[in-house]
Amino acid sequence: MTEASKPPPPASSPETIPSVAARLAFYQRAGGVITPLLTAVVAFFIAGLVILVTTHKNPLSTYRAIFDGTGLNWFFHVGSHSIGLPFSDSRVWFPWDTGSAAAMNLQQTLIVVTPLILTGLAVAFAFRCGLFNIGGNGQYTVGAVVAVQFGIWFAGLPGPLHVLLAMAAATVAGAMWAGIAGLLKATVGAHEVITTIMLNWIALWIASYLVGFGGPMQDPRQISAPVTRQIAESAKLKIFWGNALLQGLHIGIVIAIFALFVYWIVLNRTTLGYEVKAVGFNPEAARYGGISVARNYFLAMAISGAFAGLAGAIDILGWEFNLDLTEVQSVQIGFIGIAVALLGRNTAVGVFLSAILFGALLTGTSTRNLDPTIFKPELAGNLTRIIQGLVVLFVGADLIILYLWQARRKLPFARKADQR
Amino acid sequence: MIARAEGFEPRTVLARITSPRMVGIVGIALGVIAFWLALPPVTVRSAPAPIALGILAVAAGIWAFARGERHVGGGAAVAGVVGIVGALVTMQSTTANLKDVFVWSALAAATLRYATPLTFAAIGGMFSERSGVVNIGLEGMMLMGAFFGAWGADKTGSWVGGLAFGIAAGGALALVHAVFSIHLRADQIVSGTAVNFLALGITGYIYNDVYGNNGTPNDLPAIPDVNIGFLDSIPPHALGNFLDGAFGSLNLMIWIALALLPVSYVVMFRTAVGLRIRSVGEHPRAADTVGISVYGTRYAAVTLSGMLAAMGGVFLSLGFVNSFTENMTAGRGFIALAALIFGGWRPFGAFAACVLFGFSSALAQRLPDLSTSESAAWPVLFQTLPYVLTLIAVAGIIGRSIPPAAVGRPYKKQ
Repeated sequence: MTEASKPPPPASSPETIPSVAARLAFYQRAGGVITPLLTAVVAFFIAGLVILVTTHKNPLSTYRAIFDGTGLNWFFHVGSHSIGLPFSDSRVWFPWDTGSAAAMNLQQTLIVVTPLILTGLAVAFAFRCGLFNIGGNGQYTVGAVVAVQFGIWFAGLPGPLHVLLAMAAATVAGAMWAGIAGLLKATVGAHEVITTIMLNWIALWIASYLVGFGGPMQDPRQISAPVTRQIAESAKLKIFWGNALLQGLHIGIVIAIFALFVYWIVLNRTTLGYEVKAVGFNPEAARYGGISVARNYFLAMAISGAFAGLAGAIDILGWEFNLDLTEVQSVQIGFIGIAVALLGRNTAVGVFLSAILFGALLTGTSTRNLDPTIFKPELAGNLTRIIQGLVVLFVGADLIILYLWQARRKLPFARKADQR
Repeated sequence: MIARAEGFEPRTVLARITSPRMVGIVGIALGVIAFWLALPPVTVRSAPAPIALGILAVAAGIWAFARGERHVGGGAAVAGVVGIVGALVTMQSTTANLKDVFVWSALAAATLRYATPLTFAAIGGMFSERSGVVNIGLEGMMLMGAFFGAWGADKTGSWVGGLAFGIAAGGALALVHAVFSIHLRADQIVSGTAVNFLALGITGYIYNDVYGNNGTPNDLPAIPDVNIGFLDSIPPHALGNFLDGAFGSLNLMIWIALALLPVSYVVMFRTAVGLRIRSVGEHPRAADTVGISVYGTRYAAVTLSGMLAAMGGVFLSLGFVNSFTENMTAGRGFIALAALIFGGWRPFGAFAACVLFGFSSALAQRLPDLSTSESAAWPVLFQTLPYVLTLIAVAGIIGRSIPPAAVGRPYKKQ
């Protein structure tokens, strides 16, 4: 081992284990953008083997079918089309056909990408503080429930105000829900993984109670269905691309991209972000430097929950409009957020790209978009989960990268490059 | 001598009765009574009595807590709150319904049924965590057991084959977790999360590929029940009836789970093997120094944990509902983890927590089924009880659960 020849760094004893944030910082140095790409490629390769073995079909053509269902092929169909300018009736030339079937698929993909960006950010922000927020599901659920309730109340308000109010309430609710875990971590040191998992289930069952048969939020006009009333028209997000009746793309994607900017600015341009990252790298050193570790644990969890709560609100106000029991009990978006954040290396750009990858996978493998004669959508949906699992598994194993990195350094040309 | 003489004075006797510990214990009892009053056969229908008792319990708890009795005091406060909530929730149901639900023997049997998968997984988790490897992947390992148990039983035509298949699959998944968290020193929680994703995907994929929309066949060979005939002849008649109803025809796996408790206790705390596992989890460097293979022990413990969790899964699919559905474990692995923490990483403590969690599941399941009242939604809230209690437990209000010292830390050989 090459490590044995080097003296250990004086600051850490051999028993000190680097925090998750420190490890992730290490990846950045070790592989940059190559390793996440490699991780994704390996995961897709293994999944391709699964396709080959079980269906005896060409994995590439199967992937192609999934890809065509995602709508991302829209970008490759360049032609001469026109697009309406915002706030006017005039149309100008545009290289892509905004009304094609692929465009509709792309709208669906982007609708899924929106909450994935936000739950990805929820996991990523906590990660930067050295916390593992597994509670995205619960925070999302709390946000969704609050958004439904606020969307039903205040029906008389003007549109933008109503939307803002509902989103703000859901964001605060998500922050408070995650804040419980943050508070427990900060005050008594309860491990956030355990507390956020518990909070997930508490949120799930409380929401099931509220929405379910006889629950206070169940629609009184539909006694036979466990579903809430629809939110008021004024609370619905504006649709800016596609047909409103066919679930066009709402402005939630813009909000999500704005959240990416907020995430980047908070982490890289504010004192709060500096402190959060310092605590993430090494809580002891941060405490020695005069940073309140407890305060940052709480704040990081709360902000992280705010992102997830906002995700729940946007799904409700953007396209779901109400909440039913099955939806409450089958929320997965928080867990996929873990894969999004890990593959995206907890950076804003990375989260954006990996949210598109996973969002596209989810849409491309849905029953509506995948031709069952090529690949059964039920199988494809589970293949997506396998890919998620493999991605998280490989991302977690930095030693593979470490070995590769050290092997690279042993090569003569690489050593020369390092010396320069 | 003087102290003993003083012991007979009335003032010291009074002091002993009003000691924080005694007050706390009385508080716990009051909390339990508050709940009990609302249940058959007493079935109080008015709120003030349980609320008053519950508040008394909370007050006693806080009083004791403030005087240093954190375990008992916190326990009394929680018991008071749970008592009030439980009583109020129960009052939402009709008396007739309560009489149906609270057939205590049937409730005991249902509690054991719900507790068994949790017990297997919690004991499995104990081996893994005592050896220093966090096992968030219990959920996935259970799911592997549930599916491959059903599949194996279908293929081999016997439940024994199913059990073997399930255990092998759970062990294999645990091995993946072990390789990544021990040799590759991945973050154990990330690795466990990944393993859960994988299990969900793998079982869902094969299930859809093999069975599709038809579901698992109806004639899956089930794990048999153990019928004990003589129980109802035990005098007095009421006791015999209760024992027969509760234990007369339990599934074989439930008995295996019960037998596993003393076995795992002895292995973990009374044998050299257990000492090795615990030392590796408490201080791997020291264990390594005296010649214990840290990696070997951890591999064995994690794999065993996966096999045990898978047994819980096999019970779910072959002993409980006799079919497999996607994601049928529905978070039971996480509850088992909670039970393990709640029970202080000990078999009987974990089992007690499993029984408590099983009881709340059984209540939540049975109350709405038979209820005809308007507010039938209430009992669903019983489902939150395990998680709330676990939150309270990890928050250290009922005494802090102290994990093995090296849990979650990868070990690097020197």
